Amino acid sequence: MNVQTLPWIILFAPLLAAIVILFFGKYSKPLSAGLAIFSAALGCALSWYLFLHPTVTESFRIEWMNFSAFWPYHDVPAFRIPIGFILDPISRMMLVVVTSIATLVFIYSLGYMRTEEGYWRYFAGLALFLFSMLGIVLADNFVMMFMFWELVGVSSYILIGHYFGKNSAADAGKQAFIVNRIGDFGFMAGILLLWYATKTIVFSEIQENVAHGLFADNQLYLAVACILVFCGTIGKSAQLPLHVWLPNSMEGPTPVSSLLHAATMVAAGVYMLARIFPILLMAPMARDVIAWVGGITLFVAALMATQQNDIKRILAYSTISQLGYMVLGIGVAPVADVALFHLFTHACFKCLLFLTAGSVIVGMHHEQDIWKMGAIKNKMPATFLCCLAGAAALSAVPFTSGHYSKDLIIAFAWSKPPLFWLALVTAGLTAFYVGRLFFVVFFGPPRSEHAKHCAESPKVMTVPMFLLALAAIGAGWPFIADKFFVLPEVHVEPPFFNAMTLGALVLGLGGAFLLYRNVEKDPISIPFFANRMYIDNLYAQLVKFGQDRVGLVLAWMDRWIIDGAGVRGSGKVAMCAGFALRLLQIGNIQAYAFFFGAGVVILIYLLIR
Amino acid sequence: MSPSLGDYLFVSGLLFAIGLAGVLLRRNILIIFMCLELMLNAANLSLVAFSRYNLTDLGLPNFNAQVFVFFIITVAAAEVAVGLAIIVALYRARRTTHVEDLNRMKF
Repeated sequence: MNVQTLPWIILFAPLLAAIVILFFGKYSKPLSAGLAIFSAALGCALSWYLFLHPTVTESFRIEWMNFSAFWPYHDVPAFRIPIGFILDPISRMMLVVVTSIATLVFIYSLGYMRTEEGYWRYFAGLALFLFSMLGIVLADNFVMMFMFWELVGVSSYILIGHYFGKNSAADAGKQAFIVNRIGDFGFMAGILLLWYATKTIVFSEIQENVAHGLFADNQLYLAVACILVFCGTIGKSAQLPLHVWLPNSMEGPTPVSSLLHAATMVAAGVYMLARIFPILLMAPMARDVIAWVGGITLFVAALMATQQNDIKRILAYSTISQLGYMVLGIGVAPVADVALFHLFTHACFKCLLFLTAGSVIVGMHHEQDIWKMGAIKNKMPATFLCCLAGAAALSAVPFTSGHYSKDLIIAFAWSKPPLFWLALVTAGLTAFYVGRLFFVVFFGPPRSEHAKHCAESPKVMTVPMFLLALAAIGAGWPFIADKFFVLPEVHVEPPFFNAMTLGALVLGLGGAFLLYRNVEKDPISIPFFANRMYIDNLYAQLVKFGQDRVGLVLAWMDRWIIDGAGVRGSGKVAMCAGFALRLLQIGNIQAYAFFFGAGVVILIYLLIR
Repeated sequence: MSPSLGDYLFVSGLLFAIGLAGVLLRRNILIIFMCLELMLNAANLSLVAFSRYNLTDLGLPNFNAQVFVFFIITVAAAEVAVGLAIIVALYRARRTTHVEDLNRMKF
């Protein structure tokens, strides 16, 4: 078998699995789970093979759509959409991350979903999601990436709305889909702008055009195009102001949150930025915007996370915050690998944290409020240890993966001091909210009956957690990171940098320890943060007063102009005309003769006039 | 002084006008029918007159018009047969030939 077919197999195995599960999955639980896991594991094995054999850089390309046959312009190259795969260091790294994490989450799902309804639907959705995510990773042009980007949106909609019988879950799925559409509109506009300027949609060709100084005297155009493309990231990677969907999407099953909304789907936005990073380098204005959006997002989301009570929502806001770090990394670091490094470590430890959260939730009989938990350290020791590893990595304890990647981004942020301080303070906040979660859930008094009688999850759930825990600790160690990334040296390091990050960590963890060590309920209450800064309410009002008003106007137009004037109006006109003409039917033959004669006279007059 | 084309056409027009007036004003459906025939014959008269006064290159009348007149007479004969049959049937059904009484077909 030709090695060039490997990417095709990696990509299409999950799709095939999804289709088969869709048709036959409902007859057999093991079939649906087995197929999905097999497709992911196959992809994982092949991805590792590709990763370890960097000589394979080519794959087949297909000219999928070529409009040259009916292209009316001679001076413009015809629009064509190839289906091609890109195999460079970052896509290899992403392949490995996505398929490995997907495999672990799929296996974990066996345990988590064993008693849930819609088993086959769930695994078909997971496989479809894996297919779309791999498509984004492999895409070598904007249109292909955009198509898979939308597919990711669809499959996340399916998975978030898994419990669609519950209103909140159905709404969350809808919201995720619609909010992403807003960002994608900008993304599409950006793609069109770039195509209009360069006449190509292939990343490498756009890059060449930009490198040859196509935009040398039109910086603003490139900046606008890049910012519009970045809108796609704002939607998919849940940056402010389109972050609202991510916490709500926690309505889905916890493995879904783990896979989609921590490790892979939201990473698609950052990956896309890394993919176009050489173009971004030519647009410093766009990078400033990106850095600021990331900086504000990471800070605001961390503030909101400090006051959430739902274990998954805390992690969701933490995800937004960490995505903010990655976007900041794209904005300030000289290479994309810095952001991708954090994406890589974050994928490991956040996936782990969600899996431990899922394990706790199953143990607690689907109770998600951390103030109903407590003192489950000894009852769920494996979950406790894994959560310890994940929490340590998230709060960037030295020698865990998060420490290496996050500190690197913060160090590079020194080029923009306000962002540096934001990132540093947020590092402390991160340690604080992680500590809060950790101490409240695992220590303190048991705060409900379930907490007193919970039990450890089965092996099928703990084994993936242990594997991820190893990754969460070790993924950042330099000798491992060097295999995946080419990390630059920090040339201008801020003074006392290590002391400052360590201080932030100690302050955050220490504060959380002192405040939440042994409490019955939350000692501090900041409604502004707990209510997510009222951004959700603001959007709800905007929808109510904006969209509903527009809807009213449109309904009026539909009722009176389209229906009234158009549909019913034409009928009315015909009826009235008939009524008027009916008066001519007077029943007198001579009158008819007269009308006839008069008509002839008028016709003759008109003819010889 | 032999009559000119204008004289013929005048007579033809007069006949047509009389026929039309009869059709529009008389009440008896038989009279109306006869007036219709009068209008047809007015047309015939003008056709024949045209034939007589539009000589061809050989000095002969234009026989097209006269052939046309024969056609009209033939068709009129057939039409009279049908029309009279309808009138007879109408009279049998309604016991009247006055158009004022034949006004059922109206709104």
